[in-house]
Amino acid sequence: MVMTRATPRDGRLSGGKTPASPTPARPSREESRSSAAEVEQRVGAVTDPEIPTLSIGDLGIVRGVEADESAGAVRVRITPTYSGCPAMEVIARDIVDAAADAGWDATVEIVHSPPWTTDWLTERGRAALAELDIAPPGPRSTGASGPVPVTIGRAPHTESSVAVVCPRCGSTDTELIARFGTTACKALHRCRACGDPFDEFKAV
Amino acid sequence: MSEAHAPLVAALADDALIYAQRLGEWISRAPQIEEDMALGNIGLDLLGRARSLYGLLGSLDGTGRGEDDYAYWRDEREFRHVHLVEQPRHDFGLEIVRLLLVASLDVERYAALASSADVELAGVASKAVTESRYHRDHARLWTLRLGDGTSESHDRMVSALERVAPYVDELFEDTAVEVAAADAGVGVLPSTLKSAVMRFVEDVLAEATLDGVPSSRWRSRGGREGLHSEACGYLLAEMQHLARSHPGATW
Repeated sequence: MVMTRATPRDGRLSGGKTPASPTPARPSREESRSSAAEVEQRVGAVTDPEIPTLSIGDLGIVRGVEADESAGAVRVRITPTYSGCPAMEVIARDIVDAAADAGWDATVEIVHSPPWTTDWLTERGRAALAELDIAPPGPRSTGASGPVPVTIGRAPHTESSVAVVCPRCGSTDTELIARFGTTACKALHRCRACGDPFDEFKAV
Repeated sequence: MSEAHAPLVAALADDALIYAQRLGEWISRAPQIEEDMALGNIGLDLLGRARSLYGLLGSLDGTGRGEDDYAYWRDEREFRHVHLVEQPRHDFGLEIVRLLLVASLDVERYAALASSADVELAGVASKAVTESRYHRDHARLWTLRLGDGTSESHDRMVSALERVAPYVDELFEDTAVEVAAADAGVGVLPSTLKSAVMRFVEDVLAEATLDGVPSSRWRSRGGREGLHSEACGYLLAEMQHLARSHPGATW
């Protein structure tokens, strides 16, 4: 297990970025500390830096929040979507900041077991993806080495066993452009009906 | 105190880190921009895997070291990766053949390690299996396209297979590293993975109208003992020089 003790970003309140809920002249920690349920809710509401409509609670990467009321400390366990996901460190920092805003000291632990799959996405999470015109993941393929349909032709590395629905026009007449898209968790598709390219959240 | 399978975790981490470094070199050099992204993303998955494994290693080997200590502050003889992953980047055909081999091996070995008695290692392994399966599919699709493509792409794949041939036996060698871990009930012997890995690879090659991996008059050995080829030193120099020139630098 990797322990990440992230510290709040310096100058977050005075920097260029406007915080979601500005906290003017903060009273002492103990007085301002919110309830354990509240800090848990705030941690779950932290959003994915690359998919701003999606909270980490709905993404399904929060594996546990343990609050110690007497110490004002909260231990948050999260799991990566992909091993190399570069957003994990930002997410860990945002959790620490969100907890600090509620008067708590957070420690973020990154755990690997059980591994995250797209089954952990909530219905609300899938809706949040669709809102950004990202096709939500389809059913996962669990076969170890099942056949992969291949077209030898203009775009033969196009592979699709399940039709991906265009998030803009709803057509199933879509094709895969690239298996690796704008982030590790997405693939790039194109809709033949409306002509738009779009991201798909890959099913893993 | 060092656990019996610490050297295995080091070997897995080094295989992933060094191959990630090679794959990263393709960004801006691949035949199309989607492939810059693809090979870069595969490298990123491997780098993430290496980081998780180094995180475990610091407590397993009893030194308490962190990921940067392992990546930047060890010298060549302390790295435990196989020779295949350190070989210099050549053409795209060679990279696809190398990826097909490495990803096929990773699918099998991490599937076995997913039930390791070390639950932390098992957790990293079960994540690695799904990712490596995706990498392997990517290599498979390109192998079919290039092998069964033009005469030029076919010839390049044939010469790529000749180039990787000497490095294949080392992937399946049961060295002291794997034997110690297997004896402790936390590892898997590479020799037991060979038939499944090579069956997959040979099936893909046959479908791509390519003969299998040819036999070679010589073979690499010694990666797991820290004995490397000339290419390793240059790779490490590039990877480590910034950290060593500015110790403790952060951004």
